[in-house]
Amino acid sequence: MLFVAAILFIFDPENLLGDKGILPRLVDHLLYTGLSLGAALLVGIPIGLLIGHTGKGKNVVIALTGSFRALPTFGLLLFIILFTGLGLWPLVFVLAVLAIPPIIAGAYSGLDSVSRETIDAARSIGMTEWQILGKVEIPLALPLILGGVRSATLQIIATATIAGYVGLTGLGRFLIEGLAYHDYTIAFAGAILVAGLALAADGVLALLQKLVVPHGVSRGSARTTTKSKRRSIPSAMTRAPITEG
Amino acid sequence: MQWLWENRDLVFGLTLEHVRLSIVPIIVGFIACIPLGWLANRYRMTRAIQLTLFGILFTIPSLALFVTLPSVLGTKILNPINVVVALTIYAIAIMVRGAADAFDSVSRDVIQSATAVGFSSISRFWTVEFPLAGPVLLANLRVVSVTTVSLLSVGALVGNGALGYLFINGYQRDFPTEVMIGIVFTLLIAIAFDQALVGIGRLLMPWTRRSKTVARVAAPVAGGV
Repeated sequence: MLFVAAILFIFDPENLLGDKGILPRLVDHLLYTGLSLGAALLVGIPIGLLIGHTGKGKNVVIALTGSFRALPTFGLLLFIILFTGLGLWPLVFVLAVLAIPPIIAGAYSGLDSVSRETIDAARSIGMTEWQILGKVEIPLALPLILGGVRSATLQIIATATIAGYVGLTGLGRFLIEGLAYHDYTIAFAGAILVAGLALAADGVLALLQKLVVPHGVSRGSARTTTKSKRRSIPSAMTRAPITEG
Repeated sequence: MQWLWENRDLVFGLTLEHVRLSIVPIIVGFIACIPLGWLANRYRMTRAIQLTLFGILFTIPSLALFVTLPSVLGTKILNPINVVVALTIYAIAIMVRGAADAFDSVSRDVIQSATAVGFSSISRFWTVEFPLAGPVLLANLRVVSVTTVSLLSVGALVGNGALGYLFINGYQRDFPTEVMIGIVFTLLIAIAFDQALVGIGRLLMPWTRRSKTVARVAAPVAGGV
């Protein structure tokens, strides 16, 4: 059975270390993910907060998230590499481009979900715009902001598998090698590893999302959750489809 | 451009293939989400189970799914069925969540009124809840459509990527134009599908068009005050 063989491959200590081992490739995969996510956060969060706070440019966000989703990341990466040559940065660039729209959408819809009354109240007791943003809007929006980060992370982890096709490694390398050598045990093992990593990351971020709900909100949630759920942006927008690559 | 003209048969064939392979998941995703969304909306329990199950399926990277499905389905790795099934799973996963939201968005008052004037629960579902859930369903279906079209090209790595073939072929031959044409045609299909869905939505749900113009007329007034 292929599945059993793949599991055995994963738990064989010989496959853990070494050049083509699971551990170094996992580390590489995490490196690609971290770099791309970092870049995407640096660009996406400020833009999302700006749009969410001012309420301007909402339509741009919706159009952007929609059209970027249509862009085939795999094709874009190969296209760029033909000009820049193989390397880490084209991958990081493409993965960041992929991750920025859900991050912007999450930050924007997070701030958008904060009720106007709350913000007016904050303003009326004399908070500056920065204080409103930092002490009211961001804490209240944090679960949705993290929701955007969560789906961005999953997209990056999934898509980083194509690194294996362009001279880099990562867990996707098992998939590519397995396919190239018709060794489907290795390919299957790679698939299990990537899926496992994605699930683990998703679980951690989901937990984090629950933990950052401010105390006051979770205490009053029995009354407000259904209402705030309705008000937030359709989940389709923030919960962007994950899985390229 | 010259390359495109010389290879128009290839590009045209791949485009048709792309349309053919991506249309199935979109349609199946839509049909499947109706009973699943209804179930999710009706029972809290099934909702939790469905959202978790499809949430997990949704997390599996597509390339991983393309590679593992043959051994689950007993198909050959190069069989296009694998890619279609994988994309269908994603489509259903997106649509189930979307459909749960969509049926949730139908106002309780309307449902109660419908019950009060004597609709049976089945006819109420088809004539009241389903049409009113339509706009949110459509929004999710558009996401499914765009995603499916763009994800399909990754299937080229397992021999079934339709236009994705141009990515790999262009890359291997160091010929950016070919990759570019693959990207452009993928985008064109995505746009065409999206416009088609919007058009179908307008046709089937004329009331959404009307409410939008009302909103647009009303907006400046609110802004002015």
